[in-house]
Amino acid sequence: MSVPLTLLGLLEREPSHGYDLKRDYDAYFGRGKPLPFGQVYATLARLSRDGKVLAGETEPGSGPDRKRYAITDLGVSEVEAWLTEPVEAEPHLQTVLFVKVTLSLMLGRNAERYLDIQRGAHLRRMRELTELKQAGSLVDALLADHGLFHLEADLRWMDMTAARLAALAEVVHP
Amino acid sequence: MTAASLSAMPAPRGCLIEARNVVLSFGQTPALRGASVSVSAGEILAVMGPSGSGKSTLLHCLAGILIPGSGEVWFDGRRVDTLGEAERSALRRDRFGFVFQFGQLVPELTAEENVALPLLFSGLRRAAALADARAWFGRLGLDGLEQRRSGELSGGEAQRVALARGLVARPEVLFADEPTGSLDSLTGEHVMKLLTAAAREQGTTVILVTHEPRVAAYANREVVVRDGKVTTLSPERVTS
Repeated sequence: MSVPLTLLGLLEREPSHGYDLKRDYDAYFGRGKPLPFGQVYATLARLSRDGKVLAGETEPGSGPDRKRYAITDLGVSEVEAWLTEPVEAEPHLQTVLFVKVTLSLMLGRNAERYLDIQRGAHLRRMRELTELKQAGSLVDALLADHGLFHLEADLRWMDMTAARLAALAEVVHP
Repeated sequence: MTAASLSAMPAPRGCLIEARNVVLSFGQTPALRGASVSVSAGEILAVMGPSGSGKSTLLHCLAGILIPGSGEVWFDGRRVDTLGEAERSALRRDRFGFVFQFGQLVPELTAEENVALPLLFSGLRRAAALADARAWFGRLGLDGLEQRRSGELSGGEAQRVALARGLVARPEVLFADEPTGSLDSLTGEHVMKLLTAAAREQGTTVILVTHEPRVAAYANREVVVRDGKVTTLSPERVTS
């Protein structure tokens, strides 16, 4: 997750105070990992230095958050370019799951049992995400779906691997 | 453990329906090779496993549709596999509900008549049965579709009608065999939400056969049928 570009994107809606940006970031993107205030202001200072935002005059009143930030044309082009760029499709070729299965077979341990225990753990997490999806907002549901589809992909891989354990054992433990 | 000692064992506390060491073959082809599973009252159990593993056969044995070659099936403290066809039929009609992959609605009947069928079979008068059936249409988002025939319903609508038919008689156990298997992800999810919400509200026990992890995630617990035997995935629940 790119924090500077996300904050810049939030600023494209309307000029905002750092506090408002943090609140919206946490509500939509910060599940379980709220953005520290320090990081918000440090990021805004960098964006301002680079000409992507303009910091307004300090407004009268108490508290640290008395500047309103506005996005510049340079900032808008940066957000626009970022939103059309694909994220790298990572193949996850070196997974811990793969290492555990292969090592189990090399050591003559019960790889099938490990896969079952792992399937159980994946399904437990899928149940939690399904509950979250039913209880939460549409934003929660979409995030939960992202997790559910990835866990399901792992489970499919585990099914295929379980079906090929004997062949894999011959390769790694001749 | 012998069959005699198994049948003498009391059912686990809270257990409503159970298969004990069930063996069943279709001709020379073994389908179940000593499958055991126990389901508590009010529980939603997902039965998973690859195609041909025996999960639907296990469901049919638990529902009293198929009789095992050996082993036992218990429901609410009674042996099911030793009952005659008429008694098993009465059990299925009065205490069980069913939802299958393709809905299997009766094409000549309207949607509301399809939903009312279990009530009509139980001897309820037509007007009362249809009134009870209609109450399900609003509940499952099917308002206005009461008079449609199955050919005039989308896949998701037909499956919700089938779900209403499975639950209308307030069964103690709902057997659902791949209830979302013919639906796209979003429609399938809608059906599963409705199924689990209605079952929890009524206290209905659900035995859900599925090969899809995202469907199984709606259950309280899952077991896997593999080569005709039942395995639990969590280490603390290993049964075979």
